[in-house]
Amino acid sequence: MYFVTPRQLIFPGDVIATTDSKVEGPVYVDNGRYRSLVVGLVEFREDGVVVVPLEGTYKPKKGDVVVGYVTDVLATGWEIDVRSFMPAYLPVSEALHRHVDLETTPLTTFLNIGDVVIAKVKDVDLTDEYPIILTLKEERVGKVESGTVVEITPVKVPRLIGKRGSMLNTLMEVGCDIIVGQNGRVWIRCRDTRDEVFLATLIKKIEAESHVMGLTDRIRAEIEKYKTQRQQGAV
Amino acid sequence: MKKPPVPLLQNGVRADGRAPDQMREVKISVGVVSNADGSAMVSYGTTTAVAAVYGPREMHPRHLSLPDRGVMRVRYHMAPFSTKDERKSPTPSRREIEISKVLREALEPAIMLEQYPRSRIDVFVEILQADGSTRVASLTAASLALADAGIYMRDLVIGVSVGLVDGTVVLDLNGLEDQYGEGDLPVGYMPNLKRFTLLQLDGAWTREAFLQALNLAVRGAEHVYQIARDALKTKYTSIAEEIYGR
Repeated sequence: MYFVTPRQLIFPGDVIATTDSKVEGPVYVDNGRYRSLVVGLVEFREDGVVVVPLEGTYKPKKGDVVVGYVTDVLATGWEIDVRSFMPAYLPVSEALHRHVDLETTPLTTFLNIGDVVIAKVKDVDLTDEYPIILTLKEERVGKVESGTVVEITPVKVPRLIGKRGSMLNTLMEVGCDIIVGQNGRVWIRCRDTRDEVFLATLIKKIEAESHVMGLTDRIRAEIEKYKTQRQQGAV
Repeated sequence: MKKPPVPLLQNGVRADGRAPDQMREVKISVGVVSNADGSAMVSYGTTTAVAAVYGPREMHPRHLSLPDRGVMRVRYHMAPFSTKDERKSPTPSRREIEISKVLREALEPAIMLEQYPRSRIDVFVEILQADGSTRVASLTAASLALADAGIYMRDLVIGVSVGLVDGTVVLDLNGLEDQYGEGDLPVGYMPNLKRFTLLQLDGAWTREAFLQALNLAVRGAEHVYQIARDALKTKYTSIAEEIYGR
């Protein structure tokens, strides 16, 4: 049984449902009832409700794609900053497909401090020394050699992607590779670096004006304008 | 005991014109410090507290971090210009250090620190104007700032004070009643869970007066809680629209 309505704003301690219902997100159980842990919105899905927080740092979930910076080279892997309050760990076994002899090969030959990686969260275990384990053995992840990284607040990532990817598909029309990390870092790579600058300002604009009506249409118009300018060689 | 300059209670009306069970005007706004991850400003009458939360972030120095939970640090401070007569020295006094600890212990039961291992959460509370009940105003402000920062909380903690003036139980002490009253009972209350996180008491109270005061405190906290919800709502309805569009 649910005590909330779709899109309702909820606060810490508010009752959401009885424990026989399906509730996901930042909630806890008290006295046979799900209560919220955050200020958030209630979203109704087919198989239960999800609490979407409206503020906060990035909290990693298994399966998230993140953009991170290498901050340390350790004995058997790398420490990666993924904009969370805890450091993430990328073990050698998850970074390379082949076996390496750690005694003869320094790890810096693969990744060094300051390098950018797009990685997938393999596991989150808060009891570990490094609670976040990353992997590069997936599709569309790996070390980043070129391109630009733009940072936005993690709570606005859903807006940047849009309903069923509508906003992201609009941005793709410029003809670039875009990967949105769930941690609020967006990686862009274009053939022309001027396109990257254009896209970066556009993403910042989406972050700042995400509440203004008809944003997707205006962004689409701006991209069209830019494309014609580019064809005429004006940009 | 010193005699107050004005009678504290006359014909059931307090020196500032309030009824015994009446709060001063409560004003709350959320998100007032743009540099912080979360912030709130709370006024009970002229008493004004600003709270700012930073974190969770990695603990430095690292040896002070805990492997299974986060560390919360609270700093309560009164601005030099916050007091009525003499300027307060900006150095933290014994009293301020104690209140910092009291606030931390009143907030800890509400916060899921086990969700933030090896990290820290810093809470700064600044009293801009002090006119009694500063510790409970700080508690409300700090818990709202923590909620604004998106930190996992079981419930908001609302602070209210109750006092004993001329044998009568009164809600929300002002500076005068705090100074010349017979008793003081600051309370931290979680309105959803109906549990207390802070209960201090001084003065001589009868059992009846204490129970009456506790009931009054719960009523006062529920009144403040509604205003706190409205303040959060004001900020977050616009953000909800931002994320999902209209």
